Amino acid sequence: MIKLLLEITDLAVEVSGKEVLTDVDLYIDKGETHVLLGPNGAGKSTLFMTLLGFPKYKVTRGEILFKGENITNYSTTDRVRMGIGVSFQNPPAIRGVRLEDILKVESGADEDAEELDPEVMELVHKLKFDEKFLDRDVNLGFSGGEVKRSEILQLLAQKPDFIMFDEPDSGVDIENVELLAEQINILLEKDKKIGMREKSGLLITHLGYILNFVIADTAHVLMDGKIACSGNPAEILDDIRKEGFKGCVQCCKVH
Amino acid sequence: MLQSTLKKAEKAKEKKALYGEDIDLEKFIKEEADEHENVTKATEVPKKVQESLLKIGVDPSEKERSGTFIQVDQSGVCTTCASESVEIMGLNVALDKYKWLKDYMWKAVAPDTDKYTAQAAIRESKEYPSGYFIRSLPDSKEIFPLQACMFIGDEQVMQTAHNIIVAEENSELHIITGCATGEDVSSALHVGVSEFYLKKGAKITFTMIHNWAEQVEVRPRTGIMVGDNATYISNYILTSPVKSIQSYPTAYCTGENSRVVFQSILGGLKDSVLDLGSRVLLEGSGSSAEMISRAVSKDQSQVYSRGHLAGRTQNVKGHLECHGLVLSDDSMIYAVPELEGSATELEMSHEAAVGKIAEEEVLYLTSRGLSEEEAASMIVRGFLSMDITGLPPELAAETKNMIDMSLKGM
Repeated sequence: MIKLLLEITDLAVEVSGKEVLTDVDLYIDKGETHVLLGPNGAGKSTLFMTLLGFPKYKVTRGEILFKGENITNYSTTDRVRMGIGVSFQNPPAIRGVRLEDILKVESGADEDAEELDPEVMELVHKLKFDEKFLDRDVNLGFSGGEVKRSEILQLLAQKPDFIMFDEPDSGVDIENVELLAEQINILLEKDKKIGMREKSGLLITHLGYILNFVIADTAHVLMDGKIACSGNPAEILDDIRKEGFKGCVQCCKVH
Repeated sequence: MLQSTLKKAEKAKEKKALYGEDIDLEKFIKEEADEHENVTKATEVPKKVQESLLKIGVDPSEKERSGTFIQVDQSGVCTTCASESVEIMGLNVALDKYKWLKDYMWKAVAPDTDKYTAQAAIRESKEYPSGYFIRSLPDSKEIFPLQACMFIGDEQVMQTAHNIIVAEENSELHIITGCATGEDVSSALHVGVSEFYLKKGAKITFTMIHNWAEQVEVRPRTGIMVGDNATYISNYILTSPVKSIQSYPTAYCTGENSRVVFQSILGGLKDSVLDLGSRVLLEGSGSSAEMISRAVSKDQSQVYSRGHLAGRTQNVKGHLECHGLVLSDDSMIYAVPELEGSATELEMSHEAAVGKIAEEEVLYLTSRGLSEEEAASMIVRGFLSMDITGLPPELAAETKNMIDMSLKGM
């Protein structure tokens, strides 16, 4: 049997003793881009952090398989080294740790290496950063757009197989959204034919604005810790735009 | 030496220091000043000394250095000078050369401060003046730093040194100094008395790296006189284990618009007891001070990070900052920032914070593929690394490398 890239089965997750995800099934294959929609507090970020393996998020039931391996109890480090990547919505600033230091680690260079790989430097310029910016403490005093661009830059250096994007378009002006979307499309190999794509993605978006620029194959609506429905992103978004998530509440009742 | 100085010192022979564990001076050996052989350049000092020098930023090749002074135990073994803007020599040589130098002896540090200064004064008077003399000539600007090293090579030695640094009017002087111990030395005592005199418009940057052995006790005593429009910048780095070190340099900003910056990077490891502070007395109109320390405690170490900022006249300002990370339950950081205002129209503030590594920062880095240990170490190194101000660009880059190297083990 061919294994899917990511298989989430019957997942229940507790945060500080409270069950936030109750019954999540989600399957993402190689080359697919999925989008996760849902109102605030539905558990989108919880799912995201759980897939990353952050310790606060306790899996109480179900399992997560990645590349056929059960990673439910793996550390974040191990998951990332297996090929999971992430762009955060509000990453923390770390004083004294420069963006360049992190990029070195991500691109597999020695921490003591004098300079970044020329390939990575090219990416730096593509994302409209310069050498001076690399010297800044990561996320410290970055503008909203700079944070997002720095997150995407790090992913480009890291080249993960499965990438989660948490609100990649929030707080970003239109010009930057297009730039970011272009790079997200590169990360997800949208330039290749569907059958040739290897990289997969899961986009968390509140408004779905980014979907004007990044084509997703499937959308899921997360409501009250469950996937309320899955399907064509355009249709689902259309419904949500017309009726809000109220419509989804009715769907949940039917299921 | 003036009889009055010796008299004061004799009286203070048993006087305990205000801070730091009391050390029995009888335990240590007083070596003669001619115990170690003289050499003409730094590459000729014994190999074991050279290896230690590199770790503390003192380059035996003397590349991009304007001069070098090396003292091993009680002996000044090497003096070189390649610049016409600066002078560097053993204090004994300088005392013969300049009759006026006696007027600078024991003026910024009192000989009867405690038993350690007393010991240094008595030895200087009865045995031999050890330590170095540095002077920058008026209106000169030497961008290459002078380097000085105090090295302890023999077991159980009590090393005393008296250093006098004079920056003449409108001169700029950069000094790198390091202290280290030979690998076969386990126990020793270092007492270094340093007196700085900055005349009108002068600037000194003083970067010091300490790399002692685990059983060495260290009691430096430093006083800095800062004249009109003069600037003194100190960068201090200690990230290796030591038995105990206690030091509380005091800067007297008596000059108008004088300025002092103290930056310290303190890494407490193993059983080390670090008691380090800085004190600035703002006595000249328009004078200012910035004192910043970053401390980390690991293992069973105890780190006291002190600071005292006193505003004694109008229109002065200062900021005092100590931040600490406690990384083990058996270690301790004790931050003591003190402000003393005794005039109107002054502006002084302090900021102290002692805490742990932020978990979300560790998680962020693990989500980039670092292990938890690697992430924590990167955060600690980031926390300790400071932007060094006031150095010429090349020296700043070199100093940054020195700091990075010192932080490797943290």
